[in-house]
Amino acid sequence: MSLHDQDDAALRAAQEDRLRKVWEPPKGLFLRWTDTNNNRVGVWYVLTAFGFMLFAGVLALIMRMQLAVPDNDLVDAGTFNQLFTLHGSVMMFLFAVPMFEAVSIILLPQLLGARDLPFPRLSAFGYWSFLIGGVFVSGSIFFDVAPDGGWFMYPPLTTRTDLSGLGADIWMLGLSFIEVSSVAAAVELIVGVLKCRPPGMRLNLMPLYAWYILVVAVMILFAFPPLIAGDVLFEMERLLDWPFFDAQRGGDPLLWQHLFWIFGHPEVYIVFLPSIALFAMLVPTFARRHLLGYPWIVLAAVGTAFLSFGLWVHHMFATGLPKISLAFFSAASEAVAIPTAVQIFVFIVTLWAGRVVWSTPLLYATGSLAIFVIGGLTGVMVAVAPFDWQAHDTYFVVAHLHYVLIGGTLMPLFAGLYYYWPLITGKKLSDRLGRTAFWLIFVGANLCFFPMHLSGLEGMPRRVFTYPEELGLGGLNLASTIGSFVIAAGVAVIVLDLCRSPWRTKAPRNPWAAGTLEWLAHPDDEDWGIRSIPLIESRYPIWDQEDFVRKVDEGRYFLPDAEEGRRETIVTSVLDARPVSVIRLGGPSWLPMLTAVALGGVFILTTYHFYWAALVSGVLTLALVLAWLWTGTAEIPEKPGKPIGHGIELPLYISGDAAPGWWAMFITMMADATAFSGLVFGYYFFWTRHEDFPPMAMADGPGVFWPMVALAVGLATWLATVGAREVHARGNVSLARVLVLLGIGASVAGVFAGLAGPWLSGMDPQAHSYPAIVWTLAIWTTAHCGVAAIMLAYVLARSLAGKMTPQHDADIRNVTVYMHFLALTVAVTYLTIGLFPEVA
Amino acid sequence: MGERRKWHERLKVTLWTLIVPPTVWAGHFLFSYLWAAISCAKDGRFAKFPVLFTVGTVIALALIVLSGWIAWKQQRTVGDPPPHEQGTEVDRLRFLAKSTLLLAGLSFVSVLFSALPVVFIGDCR
Repeated sequence: MSLHDQDDAALRAAQEDRLRKVWEPPKGLFLRWTDTNNNRVGVWYVLTAFGFMLFAGVLALIMRMQLAVPDNDLVDAGTFNQLFTLHGSVMMFLFAVPMFEAVSIILLPQLLGARDLPFPRLSAFGYWSFLIGGVFVSGSIFFDVAPDGGWFMYPPLTTRTDLSGLGADIWMLGLSFIEVSSVAAAVELIVGVLKCRPPGMRLNLMPLYAWYILVVAVMILFAFPPLIAGDVLFEMERLLDWPFFDAQRGGDPLLWQHLFWIFGHPEVYIVFLPSIALFAMLVPTFARRHLLGYPWIVLAAVGTAFLSFGLWVHHMFATGLPKISLAFFSAASEAVAIPTAVQIFVFIVTLWAGRVVWSTPLLYATGSLAIFVIGGLTGVMVAVAPFDWQAHDTYFVVAHLHYVLIGGTLMPLFAGLYYYWPLITGKKLSDRLGRTAFWLIFVGANLCFFPMHLSGLEGMPRRVFTYPEELGLGGLNLASTIGSFVIAAGVAVIVLDLCRSPWRTKAPRNPWAAGTLEWLAHPDDEDWGIRSIPLIESRYPIWDQEDFVRKVDEGRYFLPDAEEGRRETIVTSVLDARPVSVIRLGGPSWLPMLTAVALGGVFILTTYHFYWAALVSGVLTLALVLAWLWTGTAEIPEKPGKPIGHGIELPLYISGDAAPGWWAMFITMMADATAFSGLVFGYYFFWTRHEDFPPMAMADGPGVFWPMVALAVGLATWLATVGAREVHARGNVSLARVLVLLGIGASVAGVFAGLAGPWLSGMDPQAHSYPAIVWTLAIWTTAHCGVAAIMLAYVLARSLAGKMTPQHDADIRNVTVYMHFLALTVAVTYLTIGLFPEVA
Repeated sequence: MGERRKWHERLKVTLWTLIVPPTVWAGHFLFSYLWAAISCAKDGRFAKFPVLFTVGTVIALALIVLSGWIAWKQQRTVGDPPPHEQGTEVDRLRFLAKSTLLLAGLSFVSVLFSALPVVFIGDCR
């Protein structure tokens, strides 16, 4: 008799057959697109984002051709506006952010030894949303209706429909749709890092890539929602003529700039940190040693994340804000250089202390650091307000931001491409082509962007489609244009290298001899992710743990089998990664794709003012989401628990704050609350901008009575739900159902009571920013009451259908999380609109 | 063993305590910005060295120093041998405490950075 079950080769073969069958991808021309496995979805995601990068790169080349010589007429001013707007928007929204999400969807489960991320269908939904929104926004340029207001879309030129066409709506609604996929990815990645680590991988053993991704995903939760709030106000002004940004009617264009840059500056770090995270993986591999200063990297990532939210006004130095305000942001902008420098020094020191292997990925990494540092130094310069006033809106800033983004995002991604290509395809890329491409890009980037520092200081403004010969900037511009084509040649060499990959032979397993978990991947990879989920005792288990690879391969660790024919992975605790439960993952399904199509319909149809069709699409989205939840979540398992090996038995159902679903709700609601705080900021911002706000003549609305009624019924919804959860957990199902019914009644009443205040006092939202913002807050809050009613009805239906019992109560626990945030929203909204006019 | 641990050693260290120092910075920053923006917009002037601002800054710095001091004590918890990279309870504690200490340092400097403008700029122009 063998010492260990897994010594039996026949048993192992049987386990592998079962795993293979469970993880088998759907086949067929159409069905294959219903796949949700992170290996597939991640690759689609990466390729799509790469395609958008090439597209935006071509737009840049057209711009550089136009600017190559003075007084050129290759494209007209209108087309040029579309080119630079789309170049910036696509690079940021359709390349940099989605690329990080895509790379993480591929890498994170591998790094964490998980079979997949906790919500595979959510990843698929995010991908399809991204694809539809991206094609919609990018395609607009072929119909000459692309957005043309700059990637920041400053009102009032963009909100006045007589001055800007459909492009502004396409930008606003198309990219709002993509922001949905970013928030979806943030939920997926945070829960993945916190709850799906392998047993033993305590926080101090987590791969640094996971640390960075955790930090960046949290940043998305606080950065993207203010932009969503801004988008809401912006479209209300464009479609309904509510004057949030119209100074003549009490609005203020600066409100948009605040909301945009509260998003826009953290955005820079959202695209920078995940790229630099790739260094944290490849530097130790090629230095042949553990990374030095692990806590210092955590300091850098967390510190940068916080400070990056104190920088937004440095994009607004020239808007006439009080200098004391500018100085606060200038100070924070200088402070952020500290953590940024720390991580660069950590990489340098690790290389210094190691035995360096000069590989192609490392060449990209070191080259990009050189470029990034130049961009960082000019960043310290423009963070000084008086210097910024000189350089503002000149090519100096164009040079700065491209040095930062090429050195901090683009080239690290190419380093990651060369490093991780064998992980994805089993084949190495060509070192010769890779190095050729590197030198072309490195030389090209400097030739293109260094002269822009000079042309900017000599007076070349941004976003002009041409310039007169007398300015004397022809030579510098020609150099930039030549440089841009050298970069393009480098990228073309990389594309060529990728295209030749299918004809190359497979590389050996773990070709770089790395020590981290993702390199368990086999060249002829199976779809199950990892053969068995290991026990982690080191940051570099392949280097440090004895017989690690063999033990994983022979299924000697946890969950080596799929006895019940279900896709599964292990959930562990946040701090110490102790096994908590086994969760069943969603398999291939049409639902994510159809939901994305339906939701896309809402945004796209609204763009063309087909409101009824958009409403139908919205109802369809709701129906699909409910179907998705009903069939795919909080399923009661056929048995309470299952063994995962080594004598450990884990439950198959968990609820409350140990469960991934609870965390997903909590994280989503954090994003929701942040968007709401953007709207509340708008209210108080108007108050600071006006002598009398609310204006005397309008101060009667919405009164005190109806907001207080709405507050009371809103809180009643919350209390009813909390009460229902408690009595339900104690086994009193009937009383719980009654309380849920009461909650439904209260939340429906909340919708009417919330709207009654502004409606009955006759507030005209087109007249002034005050009634407009009051209406907006009321509509936002009542919409949330409406959603609360739907959620409670869903819970009631689950209970009646026997899908929710006192032992299996994930549904009501998750809905209660929503209600906590609803109570907060209701309280802030109605205390603000009801009582603030009394004290202002 | 068996002796009673000091109060600061008994505090539980989590991801939430890790972000205490930078959260204090964020609170101080928001407070500074809102206070300056509202007093400039509503009063049209900006008093130099007002008590409120000084007290707020001192409280922020004190909180950061306190959380840094606790982290300093905790990251010296005796246990496994250096380099403290093991997958053990003690090394996980030491790691989180060390990171908190580093963040306290960064946050302290950043709060000072935010306070400096008030020293040098005394009005709303």
